[in-house]
This record gives sequence, structure tokens and C-alpha cells, in this order.
Amino acid sequence: MTQKIGIIDYGLSNLLSIYRAFAHVGAEVSIITEAKSVSGMDKIVLPGVGSFPDGMKLLHDLGFVAPLIGHAAAGKPFLGVCLGMQMMLSRGFEMEETPGLNLIPGDVLPLPALDAAGKPNRIPHVGWEFLREPEHGRWKETPLSEHAEVHPFYFVHSYYARPEHTAHVWAEADFAGFKFAAAVRNGLVFGTQFHPEKSGSQGLELLHQFVTL
Amino acid sequence: MALNRIIARLDIKQERLIKGMHLEGWRFLPDTPQKYCADYYEQGIDEIIYVDVVASLYGRDKLTEIVRQTTDHVFVPLTAGGGVRSLADATDLLRSGADKVAVCTGAIKDPQLISDISRRYGAQCCVVSIQAKKNGKGWDAYYDIGRENSGRSVVDWAQDAVELGAGEILLTSIDREGTRKGFDLALIEEVSSKVSVPVIASGGLGSPEHAAQAFKSGADAVAVAYALHYGITSIQGIKEFCRNAGIPLR
Repeated sequence: MTQKIGIIDYGLSNLLSIYRAFAHVGAEVSIITEAKSVSGMDKIVLPGVGSFPDGMKLLHDLGFVAPLIGHAAAGKPFLGVCLGMQMMLSRGFEMEETPGLNLIPGDVLPLPALDAAGKPNRIPHVGWEFLREPEHGRWKETPLSEHAEVHPFYFVHSYYARPEHTAHVWAEADFAGFKFAAAVRNGLVFGTQFHPEKSGSQGLELLHQFVTL
Repeated sequence: MALNRIIARLDIKQERLIKGMHLEGWRFLPDTPQKYCADYYEQGIDEIIYVDVVASLYGRDKLTEIVRQTTDHVFVPLTAGGGVRSLADATDLLRSGADKVAVCTGAIKDPQLISDISRRYGAQCCVVSIQAKKNGKGWDAYYDIGRENSGRSVVDWAQDAVELGAGEILLTSIDREGTRKGFDLALIEEVSSKVSVPVIASGGLGSPEHAAQAFKSGADAVAVAYALHYGITSIQGIKEFCRNAGIPLR
């Protein structure tokens, strides 16, 4: 039986792009606008473009918080993208401190304003970056394969996730010499700071791997 | 730093792809913009920019439809612009599948538009398009597809735009646009050294070497139009040349 993938629509995201990317890789995908529909899904995708406090407020207002935490607790695959990934952590520090979904312990912090030499960094960080597998090796049997180091992925962000446990870092990347978590993972809870739906065939491959997980 | 980018720029009139010189004398190309985009995506383009040069006159219905059709099968970032005068205009384009919106005339007439888009969707969504024309020692910022002089210096305007929330500057040299004589490197150097956001150099690419020169002058991305549309050079040709010149690219 084909697995049902639901993309959460809470009003803050590039929903169309991510929906089309999943459809393109052959997924049975639907857009979830009501919290009660979450439990009927095999896999959930939480996209997002916008600010952490706005995103969390909308998830609360629409009643998505408890069902999303329940989905992860049930051990079902969960993918967060960009702001969707950031909200998987415990706390965000964009504008004001805001509690997140706390599926991965850690904070979401602003990218450093200055580089190591004291020169101002260009923020938002926009563009293509190569991923690296962390030293503790976290890619085996996940949607990221060894091929993920060959081609870069597309990033657009001003904040980054800092998991409390390095074991939750799924992939690393550099921003002006500053190493940050480009992707995070806690069991079947996956999050990418980059946009797989905008990363060409390399990104589609990651989504395909998530679909067939 | 992020890898440098090669961007295909497609100027559009109604449902057709067009190309001019000095932002004038537009000529139609044989195929639809969607067809060109699909080809560029297959060849490894890093990003797409659509500029509707008549949206101010005819509205944006055609552009939103082209964006919608393009993003159905093109999975790299897409910027759309032309006639964006309000937050609602920007919302239209983003809802059609664009990742970023480019503003030019609308931002010069009402700079608050930059803050509105940036606050609502984030600075990364807001590309400020500046049409630059050499004037003595410096450059003036033009608008209305290069027809009107705002009387403002390009550098001042770029700095103000960033202050207001621009996430990227699309810097078009009217003097070089459509000429294939190479970019205005002094312009790129001047602007990219004065602003903290990525600068996309546009106008003048006629060979892969021109791209390398723009990157070395401080551009984060180069926009290519004529040279790709007419097959003067290829995306892989530009990338190979730049990589051999030591410039990191996707």
C-alpha cells in the first residue's frame, strides 16, 4: 500500500513548491489544513518560510502542536524543512525567545554577524553549499546517502539550529567559515535547513528517499 | 561563503520571451519562456529570474501563469518581477510559485514597499532591481525599464535599499545590457563593496570569461540572457571556465 504523506499548511510556507516536488518523485501527497487529519498520515512534512514566533503561533492557533508531537512520538517519519526544521527544536531566539516543538533538544540562533576576521557576514545566507557527513557518521540508511556530498544544496536563512547533542547533527555545512547544522535528525524525525525542493535533482533524490523510507 | 551562482534571466512580454539592447529594441525569441527554462534547468542552471517588461501596462496575469507553469517542473529558485507596486502584488507572485520577488520602479516610488515585503516574507524574498547608467564618475539609478532617471546615485540607493530590508541586489548595467561586451566591472566592484547583501551582476555577458571577471569584481551571481538564449555559450561552458579560474560554483 502506498504511504500517505501529508504536508502541513499553516499559512507560512512555499507550499506549492514542496507539494510539486513530492508529486514529482511519485509520492501520494496531500495538503493538511486541519489538525485532526494529521493522525491519518504515515509521514508528515512541515515546511516553512517566515519567522519562528509567527510559525509557532500559527501552529498553536490551528491546533497542530499536539498532533505533530504525537506523530513523532508514534515513531512515524517526520521531515521539517527550513523554518519547519527550526521549529522542531526546543527554543527559537528570533526576535523573542519562543518555545518550539522540542522534538530535538536545542536552540535556534542567529547566524554570526561577523566572520572570524571581524568582517561583516552577508545575511541572510543565500545560496548553494556542500554538505558534510558529521564525524559520528549519521547518513547510513537515512534519506541522505554518500552521494549527498557530491552536489550542493540550496540554503536561504538567517538563523540556524544548534542541537544540544552532537549526535542529532545529521549534516554539517559552512557559513563564512562557521560550521553549523545543515540538517538534524532524532530517530525518524528529520530536519533540513536547506531546501530540497529547490536543490535540483539532488534535492529531489532526498525527497524520494524520504518517500521510500 | 555560498558558492557563486549562474542565473538565467528571461525578460518577458505577455507570454513571449524577448531580448533587447540597453533595455530597448526588444526582439521576440522563437519559443516560450517555459521552454527555455526547462532547457536551462536540464543543463544545470542555478536559478531563474523572470522580468515582465510590460506588467506595468497590462497587469501580471501572464507572468503569474508563466511562473506557475515553470515551477511545476523546475526545482531551483525562481525570482519574478515586473510591475510589483504593492505587497499584494508580491504575494501574487509568491503564491504562484516564485521564491523571491524583484522590485524596481515600485521601490523607487515608495521605498516602504521594500520593508513591507521584507517584513512579511523575510529579506531573502526581496530582491531590489537597480537599473544603472553611467553618469560622469558615478552611476544613476533608472526605473521604468531604463527610461526614467531617478536622480539618485546607484550606490546610495543600493545602501538605502539594504537598510530597508533588501536581501539581494539585481544590478543591471543599462550601458552593457544586450551588448555582449562584458559586465561593467567598476559598477559591480563599487556596489558589492558597499552593501552587505549578495549582488547579482546583469548586463553584458558574451563569453564565459566575462562571468569570471564579474565574480572577481565582487559579484555573488551573474545573470545571463542573450548569450544563453541565442546559444553563444552554454551553462556548462561558463561553469567550467569559472571553475578553472578558481571560482567555486555549484
